[in-house]
Amino acid sequence: MAIDEVRDQRTQVNDFAIKLANVNGTGSASANSLLMQAIFRMGIPVSGKNLFPSNIQGLPTWYEIRVNRTGYTARALDYDLVVAMNSQTYAQDIADVRHGGYVIYDSSWPLDPDLSRDDVTFLGIPLAKMCLENFKAPRERILMKNIAYAGAVVALVGIDVELVADLLAETFARNEALRDSNQRALRLGYDFAMEHFRCPLPFYVERMEANGTSILINGNLAAALGCLYAGATVAGWYPITPATAVMDNFIQLCARYRREIVASEDPDVPDTTRNNYLIIQAEDEIASIGMVLGAGWNGARAFTSTSGPGISLMNELLGLAYYTEIPAVIIDVQRTGPSTGMPTRTQQADIMMCAYASHGDTKHIVVFPANPYECFEFAVQAFDLAERFQTPVFMLSDLDIGMNDWVVPELRWDDAYVWDRGPVLTDEDLSRMSEFFRYNSANDDFVAARTLPGSNEKGAYFIRGSGHDKYGHYTENPPEYQEVVDRLKKKHAASAAHVPAPVIERRDGAAIGVITIGSCDLAVREALDQLADAGLPADFLRVRGFPFVAEVRAFVEEHEHCFVVEQNRDAQLRSLISIETGVGIEKMHPVLAYGGFPLSAQQVVDSVLAKLEN
Amino acid sequence: MPSITKPLIPLSPLPKNDLGLTIRDYEGQMSTLCAGCGHDSVTAAIVHAFWELSTPPHMIAKLSGIGCSSKTPTYFVRGAHGFNSAHGRMVPIATGAIAANRELTYIGISGDGDSLSIGLGHLMHGIRRNVKMVYIIENNGVYGLTKGQMSASADIGSRPKKGEANALAPIDPVTTALSLGATFIARSFSGDKEQLVPIVKAAIAHNGFALIDVISPCVTFNDHEGSTKSYKFMRDHEVKEVQTDFVPIRAEIRAKIPADDAIKVTMHDGSVVQFRSVPEGYDPHDRMKVEEYIRDRQSRGEIVTGLLYVDESAKELHELNATPTSALAKIPYASLCPGAATLASMQEDFR
Repeated sequence: MAIDEVRDQRTQVNDFAIKLANVNGTGSASANSLLMQAIFRMGIPVSGKNLFPSNIQGLPTWYEIRVNRTGYTARALDYDLVVAMNSQTYAQDIADVRHGGYVIYDSSWPLDPDLSRDDVTFLGIPLAKMCLENFKAPRERILMKNIAYAGAVVALVGIDVELVADLLAETFARNEALRDSNQRALRLGYDFAMEHFRCPLPFYVERMEANGTSILINGNLAAALGCLYAGATVAGWYPITPATAVMDNFIQLCARYRREIVASEDPDVPDTTRNNYLIIQAEDEIASIGMVLGAGWNGARAFTSTSGPGISLMNELLGLAYYTEIPAVIIDVQRTGPSTGMPTRTQQADIMMCAYASHGDTKHIVVFPANPYECFEFAVQAFDLAERFQTPVFMLSDLDIGMNDWVVPELRWDDAYVWDRGPVLTDEDLSRMSEFFRYNSANDDFVAARTLPGSNEKGAYFIRGSGHDKYGHYTENPPEYQEVVDRLKKKHAASAAHVPAPVIERRDGAAIGVITIGSCDLAVREALDQLADAGLPADFLRVRGFPFVAEVRAFVEEHEHCFVVEQNRDAQLRSLISIETGVGIEKMHPVLAYGGFPLSAQQVVDSVLAKLEN
Repeated sequence: MPSITKPLIPLSPLPKNDLGLTIRDYEGQMSTLCAGCGHDSVTAAIVHAFWELSTPPHMIAKLSGIGCSSKTPTYFVRGAHGFNSAHGRMVPIATGAIAANRELTYIGISGDGDSLSIGLGHLMHGIRRNVKMVYIIENNGVYGLTKGQMSASADIGSRPKKGEANALAPIDPVTTALSLGATFIARSFSGDKEQLVPIVKAAIAHNGFALIDVISPCVTFNDHEGSTKSYKFMRDHEVKEVQTDFVPIRAEIRAKIPADDAIKVTMHDGSVVQFRSVPEGYDPHDRMKVEEYIRDRQSRGEIVTGLLYVDESAKELHELNATPTSALAKIPYASLCPGAATLASMQEDFR
C-alpha cells in the first residue's frame, strides 16, 4: 500500500480530529477539556493538546482533540472539524480543515466571503446572539459562548449529552449559579445543532471500552505525585512555565497528605497543624538548587522543578553537587529555547545541557519519561538513583507531557517499596570503624559511603567544591585529584544498569531502526505502523535513561538505516548517543521537529521516506 | 600544603566546659591565611563562643562560600560538619540544610565579596525568611584571594593598594539588614575579641537569622593609609557605645544579673542578652532609632559596633512553616508515603 492510501484508511467512527481556535483568557480551555473528558468517559482513546500563547488575555490559542479507536493519539495535522472562534486566525484555521471537513463559526456576524471554501461545510451558530439573549452579566456572556459551542460539538459528533451534563454538575458542584448557567449554555448549543444540522456528522463517537481503569492526568501532577510517594520532604523552586504546576500540585498534595493535626491538651488552645514537609519559593533557580543540595547533604529527599532557563542558572551548583556527591532531583519540564524562547511551546532541547551540566568534566544521570505514567514512576526512581549514586538526577519531561491531560494506565503503588538511601553510615557503623574518610570506601557502583551532619565526630568531614583527594582533603596534587574524578566517571557508567531500560520493539524483516525519546513516543509508534502498512517495517527503541546501556549502540549497529526522532534543532540525542557509545554519528539520520508544537506521525513518516528515497 | 593539621599540644590543665571539652577541642586545622589576618581573630572568637556555650561539636554545621573568609570554617571546630560551597551561594545551601534538619546549630562564614556582591540577593532572602543561623561577614573591603580588588563594602575614597580611589557608595550590611527586617544585627571588629565573643554567643542563641558584620582587616591588601578597613582606621574611628553581655542559661549566673533598669533580652533558649551600656534614648528593639543613630555616627566618620538590634519575637523559618520540632530528614518513610490505597482512591477523581 502506498503511504497515501495508508493515511486514507479513516473510518467514520471514533477516528477524527477537532481543532478549536479561541482567544486566550476567555474561558475556552475549560469548555475544550470538557469535550475531551467526555470522550474519555465514553471509553474512547483520546488526546487533548493545548497550544497556547505566553500571555494572559487576548492572543490566539488552540485546543486540538484527537479521537482514535486504535489509540493513535499523537497530534494529527488534518482536522475534520474546526471550531473557528477567533477572528484573528480565521483565515489560517479555515485553511487547516481537511478536504470535505466542517467549520463551526459564530454566525452572529456574517462570515467574510473571502474566507469561504467550496470543499468545506460551514456550520453557522449565532453564539454571541444566543448568549446575549440568554445571559445578563457581560463576563457570563463571554464564558457561556464557549459552553454553547461545546454543546454544538457534543451534538455534531455524537457525544452523550447527559454525560457532559454530569461532568458540568461535578465541576460546579459547589456553585449553583454557575452550574445552572453552564447547563443552560450546553443545551442552547446542543439544541441549536440538533435542530439546524444533520447530527451526527459523518464522523462521530461511539462508546468503547478501551480506557478500562485508565486515568486522565497531566505529567506535572503525576510528577508531583511521584515526589510525594518517593518521600520528598524539602523542595526549593522558582515559578516558571511550564514547570510551575509540578510544585503547585506538590504543595496541594502535601497539604492534603502530609499535614498532621496535633491535638491540643488545653481545651482553650486550638489544635495545631504539623507539616511533614517544607517547600520554599526561592529568590531564583540558583537558590532553588542550593536549597536542594543543603537538604540532600542533610539526608532529606529534596527536589526542584524548573525548565530550561532554570537549569541554565543552576549549572554552577549542579557541578558542586556532582563533585561533592550530593543527591538531588531536578525535574525539567522542557520548553522551547534558546533564551526565553517560546515559554508555552514544547521541545526536547535540554538533553545535552542536562547530560553535561556545569563547567569541568561532569556527567549526570538523566531519565526521560514519555507520558504522565512514566513521570510518576521515574520521579520515584530519580530519588532512588540520586541517593544510591549520591549525585544529581534529572527527569526530563516537557510541556506536552507536563501540561496536557493524557490517557494513561492507572498509577500503581507497591506498599512493599523500600526507599534506597544509598550507602549512609550511622553512628553505630562509625563505632566499628577505626576512622572515616568521605570518599575512600567505594562500593561496586563506585559510590563511597557518606555520613550525615549530626553524626558523631568521627563521621564529621568537610565538603568542598575545591580540589579534593579521596579522603576529602583539599588537594592540588594531580594524581590525588584524578583518582577522585576518575572514580566519578566510573560511578556514572555504573548507573547505566539502574536507569530505566530502553523500550525495544522489533518487527519481522525490519531493515530500519528508529530511536526516539520522551513525548515523541506515540507519534513514532503511529508512524512505524504506517510505515509497516506501506511495506517498510521498522524496529523501535525508546531511550529512557542516560547513561546508555549497551543495547543502544547495538541497536544502531544492527540496522542498515537508523533514524533518531527528537524535538530539537541540533539532533542532541543523536549526538549524545554517538559521543557516549562511540557509534558513528553518520550511522544515524536525524528526524527533527522543533517548531514548538507536539510531534505528529506525519512528520516522522515524511522524513523517513524522504531520506530513504534519496 | 594548604591544609595542615594543628598539633594537639597538651598544655597544663586547660579548663573544661560542661561537656568536659577543652578549648582545643573546638579548634580546627592550622590557618593558611596571611599572618595577622583579621579573620583568624574571628575564628578564635568563634572557637571561644562554642566552647563557652558547650555546644557539642558534632551538632554544629559550619558553612561558607568562596573567598579568604570562606576558608575559615576549616580552622574551627574540627568535629563539626562542614560545607565549603560556591561563591555567594552559602545562604541557599544553609537554608536547605536547615529545612532538612533543624536540630543542628548552623554558622555561616562569608566575606564582603561573597555576601555583598555575588551573594547579596541570597543574603537578603535569608534575612527575609529568618533562617535560624549565625551569619558572619568577615568584612575587609577587598577581594583578597584575587589580590586586592575593591569590594562593594569599600567606602568612597578608600584606596586599594594599587589604582584609583573607590568612587562608589558602599553597601552597608548593617543598614541593609535593618531595612530588610533582620531580627539580629551586630557589628564588631576582629581586633576586639572581648566584644565579639559575647555577640557570637548571643547570635547562636538567637531564634532566627543573626547577622554579624565584623570589620576584619586584610593585612596584605587593605591595611594601608587610605583604607577605611584597616586596623588603624578602626582603632581611630570605632564607637563602642552599645555594649552587651551574654548570660547563658545557667542558674548560678542568672542570679548575678543586676536588678537595675538595663535593657535585657531573653533569648529563645532562655539565655539573656543584657545591654551594659547604650547611648541615651537608644532602644535595640526600635529599628528606626537604631538606623538613625548608626547613620548619624556614620556621617561623622564613626563606626558603631556592638549588638545593635534584636527582635526575639519574630518567627523563624520552621515556625513560619509549622514543621515538626525534630528533623524532617529523620521522619520515617512510613509517615511520608500515603500508600497504595490512597493512590487508588485519589485516582477516582482522574476519570
